Amino acid sequence: MRFQQIDQFSAELKADTRAAVYDGSKKGHEKRTKLLYDEFPDPDRLRHIAGEVKQHVVENLDTYLPQVEAKLKANGVIVHWAATAEAANEAVLGIMRARGATKMVKAKTMVSEETELAHFLEKHGMEALETDLGEFIVQIDHDHPSHIVKPIIHKNRREIATSFEKNGLGAYNDDPQTITRRARNFLRHKYLEADVGLTGANFVSAESGRIVLVTNEGNSRFCLAATKCHIAMIGIEKIVPRDYDLGLFLNLLARSGTAQDLTVYTEFISGPKSPAQPDGPEEMHVIFVDNGRTEVLASECRDILRCIRCGACLNVCPVYRQASGHAYRSVYPGPVGAVLSPLLMKEKFPQKADLPKASSLCGACNEVCPVNIPIPDLLLRLRNRAKEENVPSPGTPPMGAWALLASQPTAWRASLFGGKVMNYLPTKLLPIPALRAWEAKRALPAWRGGEFRAWMKNRPKQS
Amino acid sequence: MDEKPAQAILTMPSSADREAIFSRVRGALAPLHERAPMPDYTTELAVLRQMMGNRDAFTIFSERLVRVNGIALTEIAALVARLREGKWLQGYCDPVLWPMLAPHFGADFTVETTYDRKRVDDYAFGITRAAGAIAETGTIILSDATTSRRLGALTPWVHVAVVERAKIYSDLPQAVAALGSDSNVIWVTGPSKTADVEGILIEGVHGPGVQIALVV
Ligand code: SF4
Repeated sequence: MRFQQIDQFSAELKADTRAAVYDGSKKGHEKRTKLLYDEFPDPDRLRHIAGEVKQHVVENLDTYLPQVEAKLKANGVIVHWAATAEAANEAVLGIMRARGATKMVKAKTMVSEETELAHFLEKHGMEALETDLGEFIVQIDHDHPSHIVKPIIHKNRREIATSFEKNGLGAYNDDPQTITRRARNFLRHKYLEADVGLTGANFVSAESGRIVLVTNEGNSRFCLAATKCHIAMIGIEKIVPRDYDLGLFLNLLARSGTAQDLTVYTEFISGPKSPAQPDGPEEMHVIFVDNGRTEVLASECRDILRCIRCGACLNVCPVYRQASGHAYRSVYPGPVGAVLSPLLMKEKFPQKADLPKASSLCGACNEVCPVNIPIPDLLLRLRNRAKEENVPSPGTPPMGAWALLASQPTAWRASLFGGKVMNYLPTKLLPIPALRAWEAKRALPAWRGGEFRAWMKNRPKQS
Repeated sequence: MDEKPAQAILTMPSSADREAIFSRVRGALAPLHERAPMPDYTTELAVLRQMMGNRDAFTIFSERLVRVNGIALTEIAALVARLREGKWLQGYCDPVLWPMLAPHFGADFTVETTYDRKRVDDYAFGITRAAGAIAETGTIILSDATTSRRLGALTPWVHVAVVERAKIYSDLPQAVAALGSDSNVIWVTGPSKTADVEGILIEGVHGPGVQIALVV
């Protein structure tokens, strides 16, 4: 292989897709910055505190998990625990079968993407329909989401219109308004026919057992207004200590994720519907999912469990912008994915050990992260782990020659001279593969080596 | 397929996975010499005080609601005019509110005080009570106790929330403190929206395309 996998993917990416991803993520990032810095006197402080709160939760999960379980039970919620993706899917299937249910409407949940729940249920004869517009389009297209907040950032309206036509949702029309209306009209009847509504959770308060769900489209609310049974699949790290902390996190999540003061629908659920309320679930289940999280907790990368899945680090990342989400071959793309995805592979870590290398370590992800995760540090730790485990690293240039040059003064001086000569050579014609690959995409900058050495030598001596 | 009786599943979620997860969590945390402490902070930090000035909550609420493309009204007559203008003549209304509103609605309206989920597409508007509002974000608060039907506030193209002026909280932390014991509270900030298709903002995805607050 000539390149690392992610570079290869990026090199082959369609120009359309690259432009869509680049524009979408750049806009998202710029709006976020403006909003945070216009409105808060000290937005950086907010991030730091939120990070400390979540780190505290992560390092005290042994206390918080039993606490949240007890609260949920007291609220009339049936609590399940699933150590693996399979166990989580089985739990959902078990609940559906016990109710004689066959139809599920699903709001967007990253955990269910991890466990590939929709496929699993379909295999077992259940209907599991995605209701978030982007996720719905991904589902009818048999595609994968490429961003954790904007699942179809990689698609343009023409592709969407074509797949709507193919799926019997009206003649070709690529007006975004028409696309949205057609999905509205199709999906609203599906909600009303469904037996079960499945959601994730953005936060769970250990103090009250309140589950907080945010969406802009109102799809999770529709799931919880139309169906009689609510199942929430929740990663074990989603806890915040108190209701009080929600004021802080809700502020940060909407601003960081979609550059809004607040997401349109912010729902606080503490159990099945009230008896006097005619609409909504009479039965509620929470499935706490591990699926590799406890291994992350045991690793020196446990800080990544603070993540609130806002997507800000994707939007700001120069690698994500060029490569798009699918390049990461994982449910979680971008900087957060480069840390989380290899870890969630458990013993299959080597399969994704290349992801932590897809970073220039510029640190932008850390700067925007609403919970201040030191992503570049974690990436370095994972690179180190890959090295220690002797994971082969195809596509990485060998560093032996460099080591030789850098440790032998004579060799170094000779190479400086060689560099100067390069300025006078038609480098495009040189038969060096690495150089050719580079020049195919960009121009080689003029060689300016040796300036520092010269300065160092001639600098006035300090007395 | 092994069909377990419903009762068995409902009352006995597997405890093996629970034990496995708990023991792995304990094992993962055991080597830590100290655990990160909970920071002492105040959510005041996340409040947009400078925006509030000394203006009253209602003024700010209507200003912020407009920013998220919502509509704030104070007169029933203005509401009726809006509905007529949009040709939204058929709808659902919370039976508790209807006696107060009925005298203002003309004979051109068909208003039902029961909601029939088989006819979701028939309701152009839904009028329900709100539990309160949040000024800072232009948010309407709905709860199971105050909202007569979750569907009645969600499926019609136009949702009208009747908000009492005295129940406008100034910011998110205040509204969080007022969550109370209702099993379902939802904050609604403007019409339902998406930007999934090429980042273009479209309103009225699954919920209302028009969100009105009638402040009384
Ligand atoms: S790592 Fe931070 S910035 Fe990235 S998605 Fe998670 S919370 Fe957001």
